[in-house]
Amino acid sequence: MQTTAVNGANYLTYQGKYKGLLGWIFSTDHKRIGLLYLYSIATMFTTGVLLGLAMKFELLAPGKTIMEAQTYNSVFTVHGVIMIFMVVVPGLPAVFGNLMLPIMIGARDVAFPKLNLLSWWLYVSGVFLVLAALLFGKGSPDTGWTFYAPYSFKTGTNMLPAIFGAFVLGFSSILTGLNFLVTIHRLRCKGMKWMKLPLFVWTLYGTAWIQLLATPVVGITLVLVALERVFGVGIFDPALGGDPILYQHLFWIYSHPAVYIMILPAMGAISEIIPTFSQKHIFGYKAIIASTMAIAFVGYLVWGHHMFTAGMSGTAQYYFSLLTFIVAIPSAIKVFNWISTLYKGSINIQTPFYWAVSFIFVFMIGGLSGLVLGALATDVHVHDTAFVVAHFHYIVFGGTGFAFFAAMHYWFPKIFGRMYDKAWANTGWLVFFVGFLALYTPMFYLGMMGMPRRYYDYLEEFHGGNILSTFGSWVLATGFIIIVVNLVRSARKGAPAEANPWHGRTLEWTVPSPPPVLNFDKEPVIGENDGPYNYE
Amino acid sequence: MEHAHHVEHPDMYDAESSKVGMWLFIFTELLLFGALFVIYAVYRYMNPDAFHLAGEELNRVIGTVNTVILLISSMTIAMATTALQKGHRNVAIGLVSITFVIGLAFLVNKYFEWGVKFSHGIWPGSEHMISEMSHGEILFFGLYFVMTGLHALHIIIGMAIMVFAVRGLARGKVHADRPSLLDNCGLYWHLVDLIWIFLFPLFYLIH
Repeated sequence: MQTTAVNGANYLTYQGKYKGLLGWIFSTDHKRIGLLYLYSIATMFTTGVLLGLAMKFELLAPGKTIMEAQTYNSVFTVHGVIMIFMVVVPGLPAVFGNLMLPIMIGARDVAFPKLNLLSWWLYVSGVFLVLAALLFGKGSPDTGWTFYAPYSFKTGTNMLPAIFGAFVLGFSSILTGLNFLVTIHRLRCKGMKWMKLPLFVWTLYGTAWIQLLATPVVGITLVLVALERVFGVGIFDPALGGDPILYQHLFWIYSHPAVYIMILPAMGAISEIIPTFSQKHIFGYKAIIASTMAIAFVGYLVWGHHMFTAGMSGTAQYYFSLLTFIVAIPSAIKVFNWISTLYKGSINIQTPFYWAVSFIFVFMIGGLSGLVLGALATDVHVHDTAFVVAHFHYIVFGGTGFAFFAAMHYWFPKIFGRMYDKAWANTGWLVFFVGFLALYTPMFYLGMMGMPRRYYDYLEEFHGGNILSTFGSWVLATGFIIIVVNLVRSARKGAPAEANPWHGRTLEWTVPSPPPVLNFDKEPVIGENDGPYNYE
Repeated sequence: MEHAHHVEHPDMYDAESSKVGMWLFIFTELLLFGALFVIYAVYRYMNPDAFHLAGEELNRVIGTVNTVILLISSMTIAMATTALQKGHRNVAIGLVSITFVIGLAFLVNKYFEWGVKFSHGIWPGSEHMISEMSHGEILFFGLYFVMTGLHALHIIIGMAIMVFAVRGLARGKVHADRPSLLDNCGLYWHLVDLIWIFLFPLFYLIH
């Protein structure tokens, strides 16, 4: 096929086969698809945040504040489904993986551009299916995002579209993972050996394997729940001989590795940002790669720690608890590597750097609180309490969410060719960070004191902590508004950005901002002595 | 926005990438069915007698015929791939079409097999099953319908890919130097065959 020279046009402005909006939603350009994902995910994230704010408002005082118990059940279910399946699972791979992965390995596009576009369309279809569950039928789903049997096929609410939507979203995730795997194996430019790959690419590689190998299991499990609802097959229905605990096993065989789908690319983005702003070679490049692959592998074997209190043999509990402690080690290795990279670096304090160090801070708290839950004795005490909610929000929101904002502020000038207002960006970060701590920290305490999760009501003794938490949610929302307004405004009106504003050493900083349509004028060649983090 | 430049995206075709991509996809399919095999193993272990009893209900003749049918179809699709490598386009089209017809024959057999079950009042959630069968038997037939049904769906998908492969062959878009669509069609069909090779003994043979 013919390739026309494109002097001057970048991926944002070029004219392809279709015009206007069609030129975007039918574009197979990996960068355009990345932006499509960014806008869709940002929309869903905002929706999820609004639902979260509604929940926090309900918990401002004991008893009914603004909604009934049933409404609250639907709100936390939909909040979970949106945030997990539509925001944090696709999050970094679909947005920054699509935007940056091919450029970082010196390729013109992903291996299967059309399949890439199909992934986005599947994503959008999944979103609409889930939204249909909210708007039509006999009430929104109220099972929690875990769709636990047997309630998920006994409840009268509109479960089918939600389950089918989650299935379609999973399919989208599988295809993205497959695409990235083939891309990384086949399309690295000359001299881009495995041990010269940027760490973000390595984490996308580990993530892609998990997406590929774990998602089908939850896919078929969701199909079985749907069949259970429609036909009454009996596989998870205790009334017909089925075993609901088996559902939980199959669900968590996917959904625990999914946690690593969420966090691995986040760690990859942080591993790019820390050396760039320390102007120093990353400490322990190979250790980070090894720990990435170790997390991807061991992450498969720990699902049982979600079920310590659900009924499982003592032997299985010891085994899962031990492995849970083991899987924490590679994450800790990464934290040590980042800190060691900072040591004696010439640190350039910029917005992405603030996000990255606050990521390390909240991620450590989230990770260590995970060990409290992974230990058998303490888990019995705090399972199904606000402590669990605090823990996974520290990891999923404080980890993946902060890394997403870090990556957003890091690659923003490359993506849009414009620089954001740094003062406002820093203010937004600070307000957001303070709000985050105020929102989730009290929940550790409340959980320890025995406040259960997923209740719209609580005892009077939990009032103080909940007020602080709700107040924190407002601060966080304010920070979020500052960040979004600044970025949206800067994408259109910001000062033009240079090709390499942060003095990064990976390939995406060698091309103009925004990148040209085919990324490189001629295929780059990586020399023997070049490396992704070669700083003087 | 400037509209001055018309851009064609590069053709990313790479036979090796397509093959790797298909193998990875097959990996996901194996895990999809893998979960079902795990469920089967758990429930067979919990209800050995009921699974034995229910297995007697299945028609081994139809099961065997369908196994032979699928094995032959795997042969014909493999022959189609080889024919294309040697440049015999029309032979390839003929062999894919034969495979398609054999796939159809499998589905017809399946239709009659399920039809007999339905006429005996056996289908998921049926009155007969719930009131007269043990839990183990309900689980056996539940898994039987889900697993053979999902397999039949894969037969249909495989046949749909064959339609595209024949169209590509006929239009000259799939040829000896660009065989990925036909190769992947064949790989997928072998997967469908392979899954049946496990389903057949699990439901029809072992007691």
